[in-house]
Amino acid sequence: MANIMIRKSDKGYVFYLPKRDIEDSITSMEFDTPEKWGGEIKLGNGGVYFIEPQAAPARLPYSVRARRVDGVE
Amino acid sequence: MAALTREETQALIEEVLEVYPEKAKKDRAKHLMVNDKELESSKKCITSNRKSLPGVMTMRGCAYAGSKGVVWGPIKDMISISHGPIGCGQYARGGRRNYYVGTTGVDTFCEMNFTSDFQEKDIVFGGDKKLAKLIGEIEMLFPLNKGISIQSECPIGLIGDDIEAVAKKTAAEIGKPVVPVRCEGFRGVSQSLGHHIANDSVRDWILSNRDNQPFEKTPYDVAILGDYNIGGDAWSSRILLEEMGLRVVAQWSGDGTLAEMENTPNVKLNLLHCYRSMNYISRHMEEKYGIPWLEYNFFGPTKIAESLRAIAAHFDEHIKEGAERVIEKYTAPMNEIIAKFKPRLQGKKVMLYVGGLRPRHVIGAYEDLGMEVIGTGYEFAHNDDYDRTIKDMGDATLIFDDATGHELDEFVKVMKPDLIGSGIKEKYVFHKMGFPFRQMHSWDYSGPYHGYDGFAVFAKDMDLTLNNPCWKMIKAPWDKQEAEAEKKAA
Ligand code: SF4
Repeated sequence: MANIMIRKSDKGYVFYLPKRDIEDSITSMEFDTPEKWGGEIKLGNGGVYFIEPQAAPARLPYSVRARRVDGVE
Repeated sequence: MAALTREETQALIEEVLEVYPEKAKKDRAKHLMVNDKELESSKKCITSNRKSLPGVMTMRGCAYAGSKGVVWGPIKDMISISHGPIGCGQYARGGRRNYYVGTTGVDTFCEMNFTSDFQEKDIVFGGDKKLAKLIGEIEMLFPLNKGISIQSECPIGLIGDDIEAVAKKTAAEIGKPVVPVRCEGFRGVSQSLGHHIANDSVRDWILSNRDNQPFEKTPYDVAILGDYNIGGDAWSSRILLEEMGLRVVAQWSGDGTLAEMENTPNVKLNLLHCYRSMNYISRHMEEKYGIPWLEYNFFGPTKIAESLRAIAAHFDEHIKEGAERVIEKYTAPMNEIIAKFKPRLQGKKVMLYVGGLRPRHVIGAYEDLGMEVIGTGYEFAHNDDYDRTIKDMGDATLIFDDATGHELDEFVKVMKPDLIGSGIKEKYVFHKMGFPFRQMHSWDYSGPYHGYDGFAVFAKDMDLTLNNPCWKMIKAPWDKQEAEAEKKAA
């Protein structure tokens, strides 16, 4: 489990892992509705993380716990 | 047109790698690349932020240097204690030429070296008592200091001193912030982690100090982040922002004060010049206070105009007009400078090896003068820096990460740039080889280079260096010997 920060850019969601200083675009997010948000997220570099599905945050950027599922750092 | 074709550049990389043992070769190969503008992400082509290879000469600093030398040091009314042996602080003091206004030793302290001067007995018995005593003495001798930061050098982490406890205790005693910073030199692979640690300590100990205190806001408040006022850089940037109608609340951290930093959460927009060293705190403020941040580039008129417009886009018509007015005002004088220097510099090739933001940010300024950057590299960048660099560099140019002494020498010998921009450690080697050289960390004791006023200085400096007739008269000492040896043999 790692703390990640999700922010929004003009191209969509951006993933940021403060501990390792890794920033990447989020190419897909499993759930993206106000009631259910999160799930599996895929990164531009091929990495896959999992965020416990939850209500969408009221405001971005938002720090959340995520689990690395697969892929490069 | 790049100096070499894609194939030639690739061949050069292979050739340079040839001298390394197999394992080192494999490792270093990942840090060198031929640029391809089409790439979206640098990850597959260049590896960065890794431990330097043992046995090679690298130009990196340590985490302590990143925290004390870069982020904390330039806060002028705070005293940064170099906690540990005396050397680290003595050699890091004022080296970056962060200009500031104030009377050194009375209300400002950047150029002074405060250290706990560890001796053997402090290592054996611990230095916490000494630290507490030192903070008391500082408070007595320099009562106008606004706060103290404790910058840990390597031994502090090794012997396990509890500087946090000392900080809490002494802060209560003197009634000022005392910030413990765990930036021991051995943390991380370069000064880069020091920046991060310093940002985190600002976040934890400084940033929210004035939350909920009254502050007279205006809709046009901004903060300058990551400008260390080297040779006056932040000043020549600030006046442009003010001229377009913005109010600069804080300068981080060149010529900056503690109060400015504490007031930063009130601004509307954070302007980030050095992304590498201050993006952490910007991200934090975005999340906690909802302050957006924007990377800008004040090197050379083209990039300045672009940046001023991008900044203005975050504000109303009044500021947008202001930006246009500023750009308009400086267009004629800038054209005059370009008309004067461009003919003398046109077509010249530049190679850079610096840190932070410069390997990509200064490219625009060189291009304004008709020059071309054929190779660039960072000492301590991360992949997000290279992502940004790929777009700014020409196709088939050379990009290198944490270059070694050998690599730099060989690149220069083959690519024969007309000008090299790097630091003091590289300077004299290239001088001896007969290459025009500018220090691009400290602006070679010149500056400012940011902003319109800075560009005038920049253009003049580049011309003075590049067109100096002395370079043709220099022959490297090792070349001389070879020539003589050949003569003898014949
Ligand atoms: S690596 Fe350690 S000993 Fe060396 S300068 Fe940095 S803090 Fe000092």
